[in-house]
Amino acid sequence: MNNYFFTQIVFCTGLAAGLLGALTGLGGGVVLVPVLTLLFGIDIRYAIGASLISVIATSSGAGAAYVKEGYTNIRIGMFLEIATTLGALAGAFLAGLVSPSSIAVIFGMFLLHSVYMSTSRSHQLLPPTQPDPLATRLRMNGNYPTDEGPRQYYVTGVPAGTGLMFVAGSLSGLLGIGSGAVKVLAMDRAMRIPFKVSTTTSNFMIGVTAAASAGVYLSRGYIDPGLAMPVMLGVLVGSLVGARILPKARTDYLRRIFSVVILLMALEMIYKGIWGKM
Amino acid sequence: MTRKSEETRRNGAVALRLTDEQFEQLIGNLLRGGVIFAALVVLIGGIFYLRRHGMEHPAYGVFTGEPTQLRYVDGIIGWAREWRGRGIIQLGILLLIATPIARVALSLCAFILQRDRTYVLLTAIVLAVLFYSLMKGGSL
Repeated sequence: MNNYFFTQIVFCTGLAAGLLGALTGLGGGVVLVPVLTLLFGIDIRYAIGASLISVIATSSGAGAAYVKEGYTNIRIGMFLEIATTLGALAGAFLAGLVSPSSIAVIFGMFLLHSVYMSTSRSHQLLPPTQPDPLATRLRMNGNYPTDEGPRQYYVTGVPAGTGLMFVAGSLSGLLGIGSGAVKVLAMDRAMRIPFKVSTTTSNFMIGVTAAASAGVYLSRGYIDPGLAMPVMLGVLVGSLVGARILPKARTDYLRRIFSVVILLMALEMIYKGIWGKM
Repeated sequence: MTRKSEETRRNGAVALRLTDEQFEQLIGNLLRGGVIFAALVVLIGGIFYLRRHGMEHPAYGVFTGEPTQLRYVDGIIGWAREWRGRGIIQLGILLLIATPIARVALSLCAFILQRDRTYVLLTAIVLAVLFYSLMKGGSL
């Protein structure tokens, strides 16, 4: 296999990962790293480096569309970004200290958690009716447009949300993923931010978080241009196409199949990590 | 000053230059423009890279790390100026990393215009972390 052929199949893999990531809402990174390591036999450090770059591309690409809808709460995003960027730096440092096998095991466990999160139907928590003093001080309460005009919302649980965001940032820096699932968890469950606001704000934060660990990855030599080029271009095209066909697509069925695939890859990564085959 | 009049003053400060909506539009265009530009640079670098290394065999199974020149901003710019494919790809990746950083910098400007001291400080911290990571690679 030469580099011409390698570039083509990696581009197609990225395309499929970006498409599935956008359609299922799980993001491209969760499928990309396992496929690159398990199928192509690529060292996990190169794989997470390339994946992280594609995360920045999709976040900014999708962010351009979201920002015009006016749901993003820039104050919530900016406050929590202190936690995510510091977490990302810590995670990226950690990635250089622990063995590739340990990263594989942690990655596998994160995949299991993602599958669990995407298949379990969460019951909607009631939105807070009273303004929280800390959130009010930080001017986080806002409103978002609905058919009946702007709807006011209150934010709560700032310390818990910030703590979870540090974890999300660390996972992003350690595994080269967006960790949007953890970010939405922090904003939905802990801070009770309305769904439309939390998804778009989380997307805004993913790019900034990934940019924080990208510098560390770059200086460690994890970002290989020959691999990152087809991965980034493929995922970018795939996610843009995915976002376009998303409103028309039936994603329930797709999500179920995708969950099974991720489940299998999670088990294989944990197995290989434990037996030192990564 | 009452709360309401303070609110009006803050919004008024932005309206002098840009309305909130125009600012959001600007951010959206910045993000899209940055990603498209970065992707084009990566694509051009990819063509140069494949013309030179296309027939070689990929070896990603063993981690060796990138050459030092491809790890830091000045080295990358040096290779890109010599029209070396891998340097150009890496330059495109730097531009991509710069896109969300530019967005944070723009938000900082918006908070300064709104005279929102708390968020000027918070945004400056985020920006400092990002620059530290990109310029120093997280080393002390």
